[in-house]
Amino acid sequence: MATIAAADIATLTPNTRTSLWWDSFRRLKRDRVAVASFLIIAGYVVVALLAWAGVLYPDVGQSVGDQYLPFSLQHPFGTDIQGRDILGRAIHGTVTALSVGLISSGISLVIGTFLGAVAGYYGGAIDAFVVWIYTVVDSIPYILLIPSLTLILGRGLINVYIAVGVTSWVTLARLIRGEFMKHKDRDYVLAAEMIGCSNFRKIFHHILPNVTHLAFVQFGLGFVSAIKFEVILSYLGVGVDPSTPSWGIMLDDAKLELSRPFWGNMLAATVFMFVLVLAFNLFNDALRESLDPKLKNK
Amino acid sequence: MIPTLFGVTLLTFLLFNVLVKDPASQFAGRHATVDQVEVVKAELGLDRSLPQQYLFFIKQVLTLDFGRSWSTKQTISSMIDSGMSATLCLTAPPFLASVVFSVFLAMIASYFRGTIFDKGIVVCCLGLLSVSSLVYILGLQNILAYQLGWFPISGWDPTWAGRWQYLALPWIILFVLLLGADILVYRSVVLDECYQDYVRTARAKGLTNLAIYSKHILKNAMIPIVTLVVIEVPFLITGSVLIENFFGIPGLGGMLVSALNSSDLPVIKAMTVIVSITYMIFNLISDILYSAVDPRVRLG
Repeated sequence: MATIAAADIATLTPNTRTSLWWDSFRRLKRDRVAVASFLIIAGYVVVALLAWAGVLYPDVGQSVGDQYLPFSLQHPFGTDIQGRDILGRAIHGTVTALSVGLISSGISLVIGTFLGAVAGYYGGAIDAFVVWIYTVVDSIPYILLIPSLTLILGRGLINVYIAVGVTSWVTLARLIRGEFMKHKDRDYVLAAEMIGCSNFRKIFHHILPNVTHLAFVQFGLGFVSAIKFEVILSYLGVGVDPSTPSWGIMLDDAKLELSRPFWGNMLAATVFMFVLVLAFNLFNDALRESLDPKLKNK
Repeated sequence: MIPTLFGVTLLTFLLFNVLVKDPASQFAGRHATVDQVEVVKAELGLDRSLPQQYLFFIKQVLTLDFGRSWSTKQTISSMIDSGMSATLCLTAPPFLASVVFSVFLAMIASYFRGTIFDKGIVVCCLGLLSVSSLVYILGLQNILAYQLGWFPISGWDPTWAGRWQYLALPWIILFVLLLGADILVYRSVVLDECYQDYVRTARAKGLTNLAIYSKHILKNAMIPIVTLVVIEVPFLITGSVLIENFFGIPGLGGMLVSALNSSDLPVIKAMTVIVSITYMIFNLISDILYSAVDPRVRLG
C-alpha cells in the first residue's frame, strides 16, 4: 500500500521544479531530434577543442604527401594542392567556424540585449536614439555592410568577429526592447522600486531574467548565420587570412580544382558545414518551441 | 525616413572616410612618392576637413552623382545604370517563381500539417538552408555546365535573344537558393491563418477544404505575404552578388565583388547608399500597402 501511494504522489506531482527553463529542458529531452542535434553539436565542439589543443592534426599546415592524392583510409578526403591532408584542414576549419559563431553572436548578444533593455526601459529620447541606430544599421544590407567593414578593418579572424558581431544585433535589440516595454510597468517591477532598487538593478536583476529566453534563441540563430557569413567572407577574400584553415578558403581552392576533377576540398567543406548547420537549425527550432510558453503542456 | 537616410550617410561616411586607413596611398599604389600621394589626396578631396568632406558626400547622395571609380575610371552612376538591367534580368524571374511556388507548397504543407509530408518539407527546407550558397553555385556550375555541357559555363550576350541561354542556369541556382527560406516563412504565415476562428466558421457552414484554402485562408495569408515580398524587393539588387561573379554576368553584384577585390572604395560606398535608399523606400511602400489591404490596421 505504502509503495503505491508513493508512486501515486510521484505521478501527481512529477516535477518539483516548474520554471520555464526546467520545463523547456524536460520537453527538449523528450524530443529525439533535438537530443540528436545537440549530440552532434557537442561532438563538433569536442573535435574543435581537441584540434585547438593540438591533439588532432597538429601538423595542419604541413605537407604530408603528394598533391591531390585520391581518397584513402589514411587521408579520407585526399590531399590538397600543397599536399596537406584535407580532413585535417576541415577539422581545423571547425575551430574557425565555431569561434566565429561563438564570439560574433556573443558580441551581438551583449550589444543587442543592452541597447534593447535600455531603450525599452527608459523610453523617451534614449529609446528614440536606439531605434534610430538600429533602423540605420538595418537599412544597409548585410552583404554590403559586413564586407565593407572587413575590407576597412583588414583581413583576419578578429576583424571577422568584430564585423559580424557589431552588425547582427538588430533583431535581438528589437525583441528585447518590446519585452522590456511590456514588463517595465508590471507589479514585480513596481515592487522592486518600492524596496528601493536602482534602475540598474531593476533592468538587469529583475526584468532581464524574464526575457533571456529570447536572447537564447537569437543567439542560436546568430551562431548559424555567423558561420555562413564567415565562409562567404573568406571566399570573397575579405575574411580570414588564407593561411587560417577555413571552410570558405577550402571552397575558394575548390573553385579551381573541380575541373581537374578533384572534389576533396569541396566535399569536405560541404559535409562538415552541412551537418553542423543542419544540427543547429533543427536544435534552434526545437529550442524555440520548447521555450514558447504558448505551447506549454502540448 | 529622412533621419534614417541621414544616419545611413553618416555611417557610410564614418566607414569610408574616417575609419579607412590612408585611402590616398592605396589609390596611388605601392610605389608612389610622398608628393604623388599628396596630389592624389587633393584630387580626391581628402585634404579637406572632415565636415567639408561630409557635406560633399551629402551633395553626392542628393544628386546621385558619386564621381568616378578608382579602378575603371568610369563614372559610378553610368556603371550602376548599365549593371542594373543585367542584375534585374537575373534576379527578378527566380524571385517571382520562388514566391509563387513557395506559397503553393506552403498551402499544401499546412493542409497536411503534423503529418510526415509536412515534416518532410520542413526538414528538406532546413537541409537546403544548411548548405552554403557557394556550394550550390560551384557544384551545379561544375556538374550541369562543365561536365554535362547542358549550359554555357559563363558569359553574356547584350541582345535579349542570345541572353537567355546564359541566364538559364543562374536562374535555376537562384531559385533553389531562395526556396528553402521562402517555404519556411510562408508555411508559418499560412499555418497562423489555419488556426483562426473564421476557418472554423467556414468549416462549420460546410465549405469544402478547397474553398476554405483557396478563398479564405489564401486571401488572408496574402496580407503578410505581400508585405514580406515587398520588403524583399531590394534583394533583387543584392541577392545575386556571388552568382554574377561566377557566371560573368555584368551586373551590380559582379561590380561589387570586383570593387571589394580592388579596394575600390567609392563604388562600394555608392552601392551601399543606393541599396539602403531602395530598402527604405520599399519598407515604406510595404507599410502603406499593409494598411491599404488590411482594414484593421487603418482603424487602429
